[in-house]
Amino acid sequence: MRLINREPGAALKAALVALPFVLVFIAYAIGSEIRLAENPQDRLLPAPSTIAATAERLFTEPDRRSDRILLWHDTAASLFRLGLGVAISAALATILGLLIGLLPHVRASLASFVAVVSMIPPLAVLPILFIVFGLGETSKVVLIVVGILPFLVRDLSARVMEIPREMIVKAETLGASSLVIALRVVLPQLLPRLIQAVRLSLGPAWLFLIAAEAIASEQGLGYRIFLVRRFLAMDVILVYVLWITLLAFLMDLALRRLSRRLFPWTETGL
Amino acid sequence: MSFVVARDIFQSYGSRPILERVNVEVAEGEFVSIVGASGCGKSTFLRLLLAQERPTRGEIRVAGAEPATEPGLDRGVVFQKYSVFPHMTCRENIVAGESFRTGFGRFGGVKRRAALERADATLARIGLDHVADQYPATLSGGMQQRLAIGQALAAKPRILLLDEPFGALDPGTRLSMHDFLTELRAETAMTVFMVTHDLEEGFKLGDRVLVFDKPRWDPTDPNAYGATITYDFDARDGGIPYQRLTENAHGLRPA
Repeated sequence: MRLINREPGAALKAALVALPFVLVFIAYAIGSEIRLAENPQDRLLPAPSTIAATAERLFTEPDRRSDRILLWHDTAASLFRLGLGVAISAALATILGLLIGLLPHVRASLASFVAVVSMIPPLAVLPILFIVFGLGETSKVVLIVVGILPFLVRDLSARVMEIPREMIVKAETLGASSLVIALRVVLPQLLPRLIQAVRLSLGPAWLFLIAAEAIASEQGLGYRIFLVRRFLAMDVILVYVLWITLLAFLMDLALRRLSRRLFPWTETGL
Repeated sequence: MSFVVARDIFQSYGSRPILERVNVEVAEGEFVSIVGASGCGKSTFLRLLLAQERPTRGEIRVAGAEPATEPGLDRGVVFQKYSVFPHMTCRENIVAGESFRTGFGRFGGVKRRAALERADATLARIGLDHVADQYPATLSGGMQQRLAIGQALAAKPRILLLDEPFGALDPGTRLSMHDFLTELRAETAMTVFMVTHDLEEGFKLGDRVLVFDKPRWDPTDPNAYGATITYDFDARDGGIPYQRLTENAHGLRPA
């Protein structure tokens, strides 16, 4: 039997899914063990047990100075910025994508402009954002918007243009105006693709969020990581990194579920 | 007076002529089949009838009105694919045939209930009442095309344009679709234009068969000339012409 036709069974498949995770964990544990055996004060690769203990402390014990559990506050601040940035981008991208994809006049004027703007490295304009919008929340949200909006607009306008012309013509023969075509034919078919595009842009969104927080902030997951870096507190950094990874993974999963729930017609093929 | 009049139609894309000197007049209620080889402008002619494109020269008038500039309510269409909306259930697809012309494309309250009842009647008529709440992707090709025809008819167009509507169907389904279309036509007496690859289908369904071909052919440059209507067959009475003239032929027609 050819290799391409061999399917793993259920048990083997579960084992194969777990394998890379286990391997990374073992590699880390061995590395940490070797370093700690040489120097018990080593901070670079803290033992997994130390990380677990740190995680428990970070998630449950309030900070001595402010009497707040910092990790939860950091999480809330970061998620607020991320959610606002992504929501604003998604809303703007939907409107712009519809306009560019459907109206030749708007397409003529905006398509190349968006293509050029999307080439600007967002981090290069971060200083400008700090100068214009100050060091508060606005500049961080704006950085996320600047970072992912061009991609979303280009993707969504391309998706609008992918909708078969026949379908649009059919709607025209049913007497639909441009508005009705946009709202009743194109928008419903665009929304599942919007969720797809947002899932893809969550990675860059986190990148820009952490970059902005690292440079100027008073709380937030990125801020904390870059703060404790000064003390070489690897155990704290690793806990935060794992926590961010988990959050990002859960968001992706939630969006996937949401798409399936809201748009059953996308996967009802025979 | 003729219902659809195409006068001196020329259509070219860039420097490449597709159609040249197409003249045809069609009476109301006629079923016109359009056949011809690939690339002979059949579908282009249908797009011109639909007003999806405008001819380089000449004009097409329906019922004497000014030539249309874009597709509208008077012309319904069914394409080979993509003729129904995948995000709506079958029932919603039929309702869309009536509701898309309103301001926001939706009905509310009493109007909606009435439209849903009419949609259910239509679905029963086209034999899709058992899948009213399913999405088109779950239907077979023949059912999707029946839905597309039902949706087009719900808008009550004056002309129905069919672009190879049964091209993607298997032979058995095709035959039942022929019966379906024949029945519908007997009920509505609508003017129909159907582009098809299948000569037999064209003669079976049509009152008239138009053949598109290139009258001039340059062997060194096959794209030098466009196509036009080279034959215009009377396809009534099983394609045997002059059947209806017999009584009149000997001066027996009452004056």
